[in-house]
Amino acid sequence: MLHTGDDWWSHIFDFSNYGELLALVHNSILAGAILGVVGGLIGVFVMTRDMAFAVHGISELSFAGASAALLLGVNVVAGSVAGSLIAALLIGILGARARDRNSIIAVLMPFGLGLGILFLALYTGRSANKFGLLTGQIVAVDDPQLLALLVISVVVIAGLLLMWRPLTFASVDPDVAAARGLPVTGISIAFMVLLGLAVAISIQVVGALLVLSLLVTPAAAAMRVTASPLLTPLLSVAFAVASVVGGIMLALGGGLPISPYVTTISFLIYVVCRIVGARRTPGRAKAAAVESPA
Amino acid sequence: MLRLHNAALGFGDRQLWSGLDLDVAPGEFLAVLGPNGTGKTSLLKTILGEQRLTSGTIEFLGGPVRNGNRRIGYIPQQKLIDGGTPLRARDLVALGINGQRWGLPLSSKAERVRVDELLEAVGATSYANAPIATLSGGEQQRVRVGQSIAADPALLLCDEPLLSLDLAHQRAVSELIDSQRARSNAAVVFVTHDVNPILGMVDRVLYLARGSFRIGTPDEVLTSEVLSDLYGTPVDVFRSRGRIVVVGSDEHDHHDEAA
Repeated sequence: MLHTGDDWWSHIFDFSNYGELLALVHNSILAGAILGVVGGLIGVFVMTRDMAFAVHGISELSFAGASAALLLGVNVVAGSVAGSLIAALLIGILGARARDRNSIIAVLMPFGLGLGILFLALYTGRSANKFGLLTGQIVAVDDPQLLALLVISVVVIAGLLLMWRPLTFASVDPDVAAARGLPVTGISIAFMVLLGLAVAISIQVVGALLVLSLLVTPAAAAMRVTASPLLTPLLSVAFAVASVVGGIMLALGGGLPISPYVTTISFLIYVVCRIVGARRTPGRAKAAAVESPA
Repeated sequence: MLRLHNAALGFGDRQLWSGLDLDVAPGEFLAVLGPNGTGKTSLLKTILGEQRLTSGTIEFLGGPVRNGNRRIGYIPQQKLIDGGTPLRARDLVALGINGQRWGLPLSSKAERVRVDELLEAVGATSYANAPIATLSGGEQQRVRVGQSIAADPALLLCDEPLLSLDLAHQRAVSELIDSQRARSNAAVVFVTHDVNPILGMVDRVLYLARGSFRIGTPDEVLTSEVLSDLYGTPVDVFRSRGRIVVVGSDEHDHHDEAA
């Protein structure tokens, strides 16, 4: 098949019959918006707790769970949740210290990916399903799946809002939080469970390989421009929702997976925030240097 | 107010200290000194209720110690908070007031006023809204003092709060701690490897070494005779211009190091 320049471009952006298409995918847009909220909120703590690598590790085991479910013909969301939770709990329990954590993730990640590839190789169904797990397939969200995503999202959002302040305390200042009687270990395990759930549902949208663009990039971008504990999650959510919903809407016409659109928007937001942030911080850094001669 | 009776602490076979009788009065400034690994931090963890005594008793304000007691303020070792922390100086102080409360990080008007008072008390008003990660070690430690005194504690526990600060900030931070002691008659238990920055403030010294200990005023404890006895090896204590220098306690680690 030969592509001229025009063909190629219309493959990426095509807005003919846009209204009709939009009506067809309102489920996906709704799911995307909710996932944006989940990713934006939990991303703040992924950053604060320095767990970007853990997100990647969890997503590979989640992928293994999802492909096992595909092979066995059971619910893919359930499989991906199971894989996620196992990984999240292993990392949470065995990897309390950062150094342990990184090695455990590095051990788990290729194992999960390998299992996933094995299950997919054994799977004989539609190949689009296989690829979707790695790179995203939200356009195919049906009603029961949407309901599952919604329920899990509500659990994650409610859990985060409920423990927001103690989780902040335990993440930033674990020694003092423990001294104040906060169950630091329990909080950390509870966070890993929420993170596992968030990863599992994000995989349905952007796929296992690109989860970071939803769970890390928006929060990282927000932290470039503010340190306010209220503004950070608000911006992070706005960035994540803009990336997912914007990505779905742009992808509608083209017939390509939505992931490249989502990841590109999310990346561009990060670049802009970095530039904006860089223009601000030097002032403070200089001021600090003057106030406190080393 | 803080009372340990015949207290012992150890992990497995290793006994950190035993037979410890200690009675800390309100408004008293107690320095806990000694080489690494002698159970100084563990003593603080015991007072915080995070660690149990192997034997003996410990009481705070007439009752058993319990984890999360609001009457105890805690300043940990200076660990620089790095980027990727969405908190400003005022937010770290606010955690000292309501960090244990579940829910969203919203503060009431009264709490915000209290945060402003605390920031002013520790001289951090000018960087109250700066991201905590952009503050220097000395500035962060000032903010931590503000956080630790948020609930007007009856006892302040400090674990090497001056570590890696320059001399000016060492003095500033220890003076903040001492002025809180004077203002609210709080007792201070101050773990440090260098007594000199706080020598003028200390009422008594608890010196831990080799599973044993001595308690007394700095003049009583920080002498060649007492420390030689404690270490079981000849140790010289020199005083020069108001500073105390301990030499020879441990040929490798503590050579020339201040007490």
